[in-house]
Amino acid sequence: MARVTGNWTVKVGLAQMLKGGVIMDVVTPEHARIAEDAGAVAVMALERVPADIRAHGGVARMSDPELILRIKEAVSIPVMAKCRIGHFVEAQVLEAIPVDYIDESEVLTPADEEHHIDKHAFTVPFVCGCRNLGEALRRIGEGAAMIRTKGEAGTGNVVEAVRHARAVLGEIRRLQSMAPEELMAAAKDMGAPYELVVEVARLGRLPVVNFAAGGIATPADAALMMQLGMDGVFVGSGIFKSADPARRAKAIVEATTHYNDPKIIAEVSKGLGEAMPGLEIAAIPAAERLAERGW
Amino acid sequence: MTRIGVLALQGAFIEHEQVLRGLEVEVCQVRLPHQLENLDGLIIPGGESTTIGKLAVGYGLIEPIRELARCGVPVWGTCAGMIILAREVAGYEQPLVGLMDIVVRRNAFGGQVDSFVEDLQVPAFGQDARPFPGVFIRAPLIESVGPGVEILVRLPEGGIVAVRQGNLLATAFHPELTGDSRFHRYFLAMTGGWAESGLTAAGSGER
Repeated sequence: MARVTGNWTVKVGLAQMLKGGVIMDVVTPEHARIAEDAGAVAVMALERVPADIRAHGGVARMSDPELILRIKEAVSIPVMAKCRIGHFVEAQVLEAIPVDYIDESEVLTPADEEHHIDKHAFTVPFVCGCRNLGEALRRIGEGAAMIRTKGEAGTGNVVEAVRHARAVLGEIRRLQSMAPEELMAAAKDMGAPYELVVEVARLGRLPVVNFAAGGIATPADAALMMQLGMDGVFVGSGIFKSADPARRAKAIVEATTHYNDPKIIAEVSKGLGEAMPGLEIAAIPAAERLAERGW
Repeated sequence: MTRIGVLALQGAFIEHEQVLRGLEVEVCQVRLPHQLENLDGLIIPGGESTTIGKLAVGYGLIEPIRELARCGVPVWGTCAGMIILAREVAGYEQPLVGLMDIVVRRNAFGGQVDSFVEDLQVPAFGQDARPFPGVFIRAPLIESVGPGVEILVRLPEGGIVAVRQGNLLATAFHPELTGDSRFHRYFLAMTGGWAESGLTAAGSGER
């Protein structure tokens, strides 16, 4: 076979190389270097971390390509960037830069409330958020090569990420226990492509890498998501909104690797200073809950 | 039974484990130095080489891995693992095990949009001339090799992507993502635990 770029193997393959790692939100080249020095496997280049997007209000859009380029120049690890749900031209711009991965993200203000991007049409791979298995499989059906939980970004509260991880993993276990003739009804109920439902039932996992995101703020949060069965973690506001970002970043990386070793998690958790301020989910008005964006 | 360790600090270590289990090999994950004991071979997987290197330094794994290799235990690095085995990474200062006399260039083909799959010819597989599917993900390239290093695979345009130096093996690509276990069987032959595989541990590449 002659050389082929942008096929499913290499799109899913990069996510496989990120497994067991931490992807960190950064807003400057200096942040990006701190993240890389701490052992991040990739950075997400943004103009504002989700906590600030939440505080700032208004319409949140794709970052300035100039900022993304400066962050790319600062580090050797992969650089991801976010586009708005359904905004395929923002995605085209990010591919033209080019970034290494695009997050079609509910953290930005959606550009289309009915349609997500046709991600098969791109060479660059996409990661998308989900709250349950049906949503994960719809995104994979559209071409997402990596999935993450939505959680509730910018809150420093892990409860929604746990809810979404348990939903996805629990629904996978349920599919595994089904008779073959029950899978079509399951596909209908969850609004997911039948072929993917069958594949998940056979594999006992998603056919792509599955990270945790949205509210992870401590080393123990990261290890919790790993013990639940996630493949790695995104940390957004949790690092650079804390008292000592460099130390906290390194501690979260080490807790993600040694997630099954409570002694190491205890050791790395010592003296990290204040975590980011947290938000109670119930205190967030329904219209401001980011996880509700997209379907 | 042959017992292979897979460095499990970060990256695609489970994929290596799955291939090895299919070859009926005992596999153990290595995150701490004591887990390097009683191994017949060690695989350093793909992932981010900066992350794996920093964690290896932080948890005291670099010197024990060097010692393991000096004792003759086969060690194989894929992609990031190859970078970590290299003597030198062009343009970067990063923690390395540094055992192989090779100079590598990180992200030599570009970013993720340049990642590719391409068929490779592997003379070391002997009579089995079927092409091997080379999966290159933000892959490194071997820029130069020392006198004791055997070149196993080149890209059609000439770039060096797989080498062997005694008990050390390095591939810029990802055999663990292909469903083709020939490179894993080649590595097991190096450990002496796969005599019946039909593959010999003696290479047949160019010197």
